[in-house]
Amino acid sequence: MNVYQNPYNVAKMKEAHKLLTELTYEKQPLKMGYANRTLHINVSENTITSKPVTQEMKDVFTGGRGFDMKLLWDATNENTKWDSPENEIVIAAGAMGGITQYPGAGKSIVCGISPLTGAPVDSNVGGYFGPYLKFSGWDAIEVQGIAEKDIIIFIDGDAGKIQIFEAPEEDVNSHLLAEQMCDMFAKNEQEKKAIATVSAGVAAEHSFFGCLNFSFYDRRRQVARLKQAGRGGLGTLFRHKKIKGIVCKFSQLQADSNHVADLDRIKEIAADYHRELYEEDDKQCDMRHVGTAHLVELMNDYDLLPTHNYKFGRHDKAQKITSHVWREMFTQGIPDGCWYGCTMQCAKSVDRYTLRTGPYKGDIVSVDGPEYETAAAFGANMGIFDPHFIVEANFYCDTYGIDTISWGTGMSFVMECYENGIINKEITGGYDLSFGRGEEAIEMLHKMARGEGFGKIIGLGIRRMKKLFVEEYGADAAFLQDIGMECKGMEYSEYVTKESLAMQGGYGLALKGAQHDEAWLIFMDMVNNQIPTFEDKAEALHYFPMFRTWFGLQGLCKLPWNDVEPADNGETDEPAKVPKHLQNYVDLFNAITGNNIDQQELILQSERVYNFQRVFNLRLGFGTRKHDEIPYRSAGPVTNEEYLSREERYDKQLKEKYGWDPTGKSVDERRLKMRFFREEAYQKLCDAVYDRRGWDNNGVPTIEKITELGLANSGVMEVLKKYYQ
Amino acid sequence: MNIMVNGESMAWQPGMKVRDILNIRNYTFKMLVIKVNGTLVKRAQWDSYRIPEHAEVSVIHLISGG
Ligand code: SF4
Repeated sequence: MNVYQNPYNVAKMKEAHKLLTELTYEKQPLKMGYANRTLHINVSENTITSKPVTQEMKDVFTGGRGFDMKLLWDATNENTKWDSPENEIVIAAGAMGGITQYPGAGKSIVCGISPLTGAPVDSNVGGYFGPYLKFSGWDAIEVQGIAEKDIIIFIDGDAGKIQIFEAPEEDVNSHLLAEQMCDMFAKNEQEKKAIATVSAGVAAEHSFFGCLNFSFYDRRRQVARLKQAGRGGLGTLFRHKKIKGIVCKFSQLQADSNHVADLDRIKEIAADYHRELYEEDDKQCDMRHVGTAHLVELMNDYDLLPTHNYKFGRHDKAQKITSHVWREMFTQGIPDGCWYGCTMQCAKSVDRYTLRTGPYKGDIVSVDGPEYETAAAFGANMGIFDPHFIVEANFYCDTYGIDTISWGTGMSFVMECYENGIINKEITGGYDLSFGRGEEAIEMLHKMARGEGFGKIIGLGIRRMKKLFVEEYGADAAFLQDIGMECKGMEYSEYVTKESLAMQGGYGLALKGAQHDEAWLIFMDMVNNQIPTFEDKAEALHYFPMFRTWFGLQGLCKLPWNDVEPADNGETDEPAKVPKHLQNYVDLFNAITGNNIDQQELILQSERVYNFQRVFNLRLGFGTRKHDEIPYRSAGPVTNEEYLSREERYDKQLKEKYGWDPTGKSVDERRLKMRFFREEAYQKLCDAVYDRRGWDNNGVPTIEKITELGLANSGVMEVLKKYYQ
Repeated sequence: MNIMVNGESMAWQPGMKVRDILNIRNYTFKMLVIKVNGTLVKRAQWDSYRIPEHAEVSVIHLISGG
């Protein structure tokens, strides 16, 4: 249980509510994973309406992220900007979302036009909201418009009622708001698990990379836990709409709330998986004890842990933030699933942590995570190898509504700029922002939350900071382009990609920006050498993004797919695909929906949505080859310091791989030659991937491809015609 | 004398075991599938399985993760 020095008063909050509108609706049972209608809310006009889900929508867009993108497309136009009133937050669960038998089936997928990138963004998040929304009768919710004053949207799935009310007294910060919603809408402690809240935080108001928190009530800890839809600034959009929270209440969860086609088959598949997980997890990734933080030492060992703004992949102090530290700090022996039935239990928490800084200094709280990305970004990339700093900053990022990846990568960029004299104390307001300066870094976070000083500048994100530093402080634009780790305006997540061309493509060719959730190919490429040719890499950059898109269509978590694998997986033909789990997903989808798809149709379902999203990018003026460009640090050493740190490796490659003898050449010459070869390779990779995906050499889906996928409707063709004229 | 490990040349020593390759390459990841000249070497044999001269060794790291 969290302990606050300034307790809140829910009765006072309720008194201040002003009901703006409400809708009572008839509840109807789901049919084979679908509610068959979606909810549209306009907070400018205070309207609440229901839309039917047609069979065609299911056939083309499947659900989850597919529904999100389709609804967002229909609601917006080619001139829509992130802050236009018609832009929406869209949240959906997917047809498989909410099953409790198979692990990882409680994800929500959130979409909107991103404040950070200007293009559509999707984010996959745990917590109970998505399943509860669906069981309350809605496959998706669209929230359009901008409210006049701060509001809360309350969906009562038990009573069949939706309300929008002004809510001036509730906190904006998520750790408080999520608990306040439980206290407000649950009749008693037992019922708090029926409350799921979506919220952001005050820093989301002053940055372009605000995140959304999705809550679930943890009965054993007696706290509202928070999972993050981190990427792309959806929290910023949420607060721009003046929404404090979207709350869903649903207390009637049953083993078959989805009313599936074949529950026994689902149980059979799941029983086998659970047995495998219990037998293998300790020997493999140990997700149940340390979550994704097990990756810290692994990435350090393989020279992949981003250190000092991705200059290096390893650091001598890394053991201070590796999994043995987190194993100690995380409470062990308590179920940690972010949805019912997830035996992978990786949603770890540091409990009874006393905050040391900021507005909640002295409060005792539970902190969700840190996950690998957060530990790597705050610890290694910013050079602050202090677990307490990582936990403290993790807590504040979450409750303030800030994406830990964008903040961590953004701070690393700022630190390198500071060490290069591009910015100085005069600009930062007297703060030394060198690598390793934890106290100053956390102060920047608090300043961002208050919308003050240089903290607010960091909230611009790397792309906007680069422009500002060039225009205001005379920085060298080319150097900032090289070291600013963003693509399409989104900050890189935490992997060094210099030695894996395929992974450079994994980031650069991802639809929404530099996130690794489409493809993580570093081991296949750099270590195993399984995909040596451009065609091999292109095949991987076709298959894996399509397969992984499918998780978003279904409301699934990616982790149970390959963070534990069958004991004999290595003996299969294509171990990287984890064939047994892949077949599980096909069988589960059929058992839920009553369909009869195979592995090819699974990929096709994704391909339709993936290509549609690429066209959506084009509609907004993005999505061509130039938008797939990556900063050179993603591909190779920018500075002589970096070159010399791996001199033997680079010299060997120049000689053996590229046939150029480095003997007697200066570091500058060798570094520039390496750059030439690597940049050329990235362009060839783009050619190969575009070809494999059925796109032209500008990265635009061909008319044939779009027609083949059944997407050739008037809106899509109108966009494509502009590119093919 | 050399062997090939994941397509890259590596010095061979008499008496070399699978475990030695993992140590030299700092392959610390647990989810590995190892084949020597196409033959699967099970985990229990990693400390004892001798690597012949000129062997083709593949050490496949199974994570597709991240
Ligand atoms: S594997 Fe982890 S993140 Fe995924 S659903 Fe389970 S607990 Fe949540």
